[in-house]
Amino acid sequence: MQNRIEQMFEKLRTEKKAAFIAYVCSGDPDTERSLEVMHALARAGVDLIETGVPFSDPVADGIANQMAASRALNSGASVKKTLATIKRFREKSEIPIVLFTYLNPIYSYGFKRFHEDAAAAGADGILNLDLPPDEEEINEELLQANMLLNIRIIAPNTPAERIAKIVKSGAGFIYYISREGVTGERSELASGISRQVTDIKSHTSLPVVVGFGISTPEHSAAVAGMADGVVVGSAIVNTVAKHSLSADLADRVYNFVKPLVDATKSV
Amino acid sequence: MSNITPHPQPDALGHFGTYGGMFVPETLMAALTELAAEYERAKQDPLFKEELDFMLREYVGRPTPLTFAERWSEELGGARIYLKREDLLHTGAHKINNAMGQILLAKRLGKDRIIAETGAGQHGVATATVCARFGFKCVIYMGEVDMERQALNVARMRFLGAEVCAVTAGQRTLKEAVNEAMRDWVTNVGTTHYILGSALGSHPYPMMVRDFQRVIGEEARRQILEREQRLPDYLVACVGGGSNAIGLFHPFLDDKSVKMLGVEAGGRGIRRGEHAARFEGGKLGVLQGTKTWLLADDDGQIELTHSVSAGLDYAAVGPEHAFLKDIGRTEYSYATDAEALEAFQEVSLIEGIIPALETAHGLAGVRKLAPELGKDGLIICNFSGRGDKDVAQAAKAIFGEDVFG
Repeated sequence: MQNRIEQMFEKLRTEKKAAFIAYVCSGDPDTERSLEVMHALARAGVDLIETGVPFSDPVADGIANQMAASRALNSGASVKKTLATIKRFREKSEIPIVLFTYLNPIYSYGFKRFHEDAAAAGADGILNLDLPPDEEEINEELLQANMLLNIRIIAPNTPAERIAKIVKSGAGFIYYISREGVTGERSELASGISRQVTDIKSHTSLPVVVGFGISTPEHSAAVAGMADGVVVGSAIVNTVAKHSLSADLADRVYNFVKPLVDATKSV
Repeated sequence: MSNITPHPQPDALGHFGTYGGMFVPETLMAALTELAAEYERAKQDPLFKEELDFMLREYVGRPTPLTFAERWSEELGGARIYLKREDLLHTGAHKINNAMGQILLAKRLGKDRIIAETGAGQHGVATATVCARFGFKCVIYMGEVDMERQALNVARMRFLGAEVCAVTAGQRTLKEAVNEAMRDWVTNVGTTHYILGSALGSHPYPMMVRDFQRVIGEEARRQILEREQRLPDYLVACVGGGSNAIGLFHPFLDDKSVKMLGVEAGGRGIRRGEHAARFEGGKLGVLQGTKTWLLADDDGQIELTHSVSAGLDYAAVGPEHAFLKDIGRTEYSYATDAEALEAFQEVSLIEGIIPALETAHGLAGVRKLAPELGKDGLIICNFSGRGDKDVAQAAKAIFGEDVFG
């Protein structure tokens, strides 16, 4: 059976549309409202949800995602609760889900057991920020548990020969980080995105999505013209933060995300 | 005798057995690979070694003495104790051995901006110093809590032209400073070299920092053979990340008769959040680029740590220490805040040398060990740093006085 991620990209390919991918941190601001936020994203028409597994020391994340993780942890988030939330979301939605995580929490949970439980809960892919393919190949306990698609990251400074190696071990799609730096909103898009995406595509037939620093409908539309998908994270996380105490949090998130989705689909 | 060498070089990705490695975001892979390659080239280059040796001799102040602690040995009534006097180095601690090595490497890499993390401030001061000496821009990340308890070193870094950035995340100590330094590096990787201060983090740092600190053990080995015509029974050093310890231990690894003791920070006792003794209360995990023993809860979240010593107040231990412990080559114990402060006072009073609070943990280990070894025993303790930076904190703890008002 084809994975939800692969089905989604195949459908978009026939429609000649780019995917809109939303990142939110699981458990932010708390378990219940984090689930409401996921449903709001679904209503707004996102094609895939990246669910952040909160970690105490997120070195690849900027301040917005750090604060989200700490709000989540303060409200009692855990790996177990993240998976339980995905399971509840799956009762009502078939939108593909990718777990966006650092290694230590899932290492602690049990690497293989995590993959099994996450797949059983309804997750489709995993993006491990601090687990490069090189390490996965040689650490016995990290041998690819293949229930989830392994989403790989490529950075602007990844050399060509390394791109070739990374894409081989990837599945589902390739996540191109459009700039050197941590996650976070930026006013300007990075330069050279189009050329980099073309470069990556010369090594793989996997879809290539672009993230890091994309925050407005204008950015989204521009990137949708160059890549197979657009990832918006910190801008949505900031919206969650701003309205985390409001009763209408989910609507606020919907109102923020809908124009981003529409802009992506306008291309 | 076993023909398995107890200290293999790590593999190409920096693994010491199952420990170490390169668990980093993709954005850093290119920089780390470049750094590892340049370091290998530098190692083969006689001119690099020549310049480093020259700077260590003429600027840093090597070799350091191996001082016989005559009165303290007598007081403890056991082994003869020698102190390897890294406190006498320029800037007051062993940290500058590594900072000097890495700044020469940064020159080769063509970078013009240096960043570093610091806990006690000794590594920050050492880095700011070599940056001033070689004309590099310098940014030091330091937890807000550490900036308070090590205010003297903050001022020193500023005199030396470094920008000291307060880190306000989490528990505002060393771990968070490393996180911020890594974020800076990810963002500015094209222009910036990160001078990591301990035998920690992703490959090539644990190996490279160890190599730059090995000079401690190489000198100590030569000196003890001259003085005592024999090898010591024990080497003792405090272990935060573990750079001063690995620097002393490593050149003795082939000397099977020499035992090695690393002393971690026991803080207020081995209870969750009250200490930094990773081998005592920790488990296997991955943090800040390396697989090693660390303090984490059941969910894999990194736990709070505590130590009176900012330099030991850190949740993970250097991966090579974890490896050496596994193969039975090294052993580890811990000293509580109170034990470290007792050793601090005793050595100040009896030997006239005021240790850093980090160093005092190693000394506390010696206090227990020396009587057990008896009169025939011989110990070298790494006197990793001097206590000037800790004056305010120690005075408060010992006299209950706020010396700086």
